[in-house]
Amino acid sequence: MLIQAENISVIRNKKEILKNINITIEERDFITILGPNGGGKSMLLKCLLGFYNPDFGSVTKSSKLKVSYTPQDFTIDKSIPIRALDFIMLNKSKKNKKINDIFQELNIENILSQQLSTLSGGELQKILITRSLIDDPNLLILDEPTQNLDVSGQLNFYKFLNRIYDNRNISILMVSHDLHMVMASTKKVICLSNHICCSGEPSTITDDPEFANLFGHDFANMMSLYRHDINHKHNEESGDR
Amino acid sequence: MIDNFIINALIAGICVSIIAGGLSCFIVWKKMAYFGDALSHSSLFGIALGIILGFNTTIGTFITCLIFAGFLSFLQNKKIFSNDTLLGILAHASLSIGIITISLSGQYVNLHAYLFGDILTVTSQEIKFFIIAAILVTGSLFLIWEKLVLMTINENIAKAENINTKIIQSIFLILLIVFVATCVKIVGILLITSMLIIPAATSRQITNSPGNMAIVSGLLGIISIFCGVYLSIIADIPTGPSIIFVLTLMFILVLSMYRKN
Repeated sequence: MLIQAENISVIRNKKEILKNINITIEERDFITILGPNGGGKSMLLKCLLGFYNPDFGSVTKSSKLKVSYTPQDFTIDKSIPIRALDFIMLNKSKKNKKINDIFQELNIENILSQQLSTLSGGELQKILITRSLIDDPNLLILDEPTQNLDVSGQLNFYKFLNRIYDNRNISILMVSHDLHMVMASTKKVICLSNHICCSGEPSTITDDPEFANLFGHDFANMMSLYRHDINHKHNEESGDR
Repeated sequence: MIDNFIINALIAGICVSIIAGGLSCFIVWKKMAYFGDALSHSSLFGIALGIILGFNTTIGTFITCLIFAGFLSFLQNKKIFSNDTLLGILAHASLSIGIITISLSGQYVNLHAYLFGDILTVTSQEIKFFIIAAILVTGSLFLIWEKLVLMTINENIAKAENINTKIIQSIFLILLIVFVATCVKIVGILLITSMLIIPAATSRQITNSPGNMAIVSGLLGIISIFCGVYLSIIADIPTGPSIIFVLTLMFILVLSMYRKN
């Protein structure tokens, strides 16, 4: 076990953003959180990262946990002149000898000397992930990493991410909206709409009626053609998405 | 021979430029130009308090700037008004209260000097003060540099890497306040605000790393002090505005040279 959240709830402005969430991240997990906007996905990440203490419940972290995080919506202000390499090394030990191997492994050597503000969205994401791998973490947390990428950019990114997952002893926890790509690459999917509606392997989750509730029946049918019979009622705010 | 008061002015100017070099980069990156402006305006109230209550005006300025920054972050947490609005209210409120206080006190205060400053009146005593401030502020900024740059680029990444962003941000604000409090009496509100924006804005166009931007920004400040003081002597014009004039000229020159990049 790397991180375990037990029965965590977060209440803001009298609204329950997270409701009795239980989630455990094991070694070598590859978990994707799906769900509607306002469903508490980013809040769940913040609680797991320790940015925010849940109002109820507890988050337990393993002593060997080394987490790294790439935030949602990363943009660089043009007024800050900084090369990609300098950004990667900011606040990191300069004596790390494995750095060049990581650059080679991730194939980003050609963009290292460029200014961060001139990089494309996909290149920026690669730089962010490279930076987060420098300290050799065992859990990578990504908040909507493909938000600003076009379809081919998304495809490239997931290839990149899969390669990292295959080559390293690492767990990945990701929030994403790219249903097709998520289904193809992830090992486990959690659907979050303030509470956990359904979770499981990508191949089985599309049959869950709750999945159809969240993403529409057409989509669920497209993703999978068989059904089974887990069922629970949704509350009003989230049921219509 | 160069007169003593000119040498003093130059040393004071170099100290101001060096401190402003690093701080001004963050003012530009964090889009705090108006904050620097508002902070130096609020210092007038501190000067007024110092004069009336009879203690050191630098300490008075330091305290009012601290209160100003504290009050601002309190209001920011309310999240009803934008920073812009809040700064506009606070800056002009404290400027007005400062002027009212001075006028009610019945003492003669040369307001003109505080607005535009007179770097040529720096005493040898004050020079020591400037040098200590320069070493302290620049040294502290150097220590938190990488963390502050990372925070400026993305606060959440910094938090995830266990940087205490609140403490680093507070240290930065205190350094800024120390800068304003020590320098306002000598160089004036107008020059402080300019020193916190123009050198960094000029430097940005010709540098490619955060550290270089700070160093070049400090050097540009020093050049402007030398040229500005010289210009003010030969043309018999006020020193503060003369320095700002040189700063602006350099900004325009660099802008026209590097526009294509």
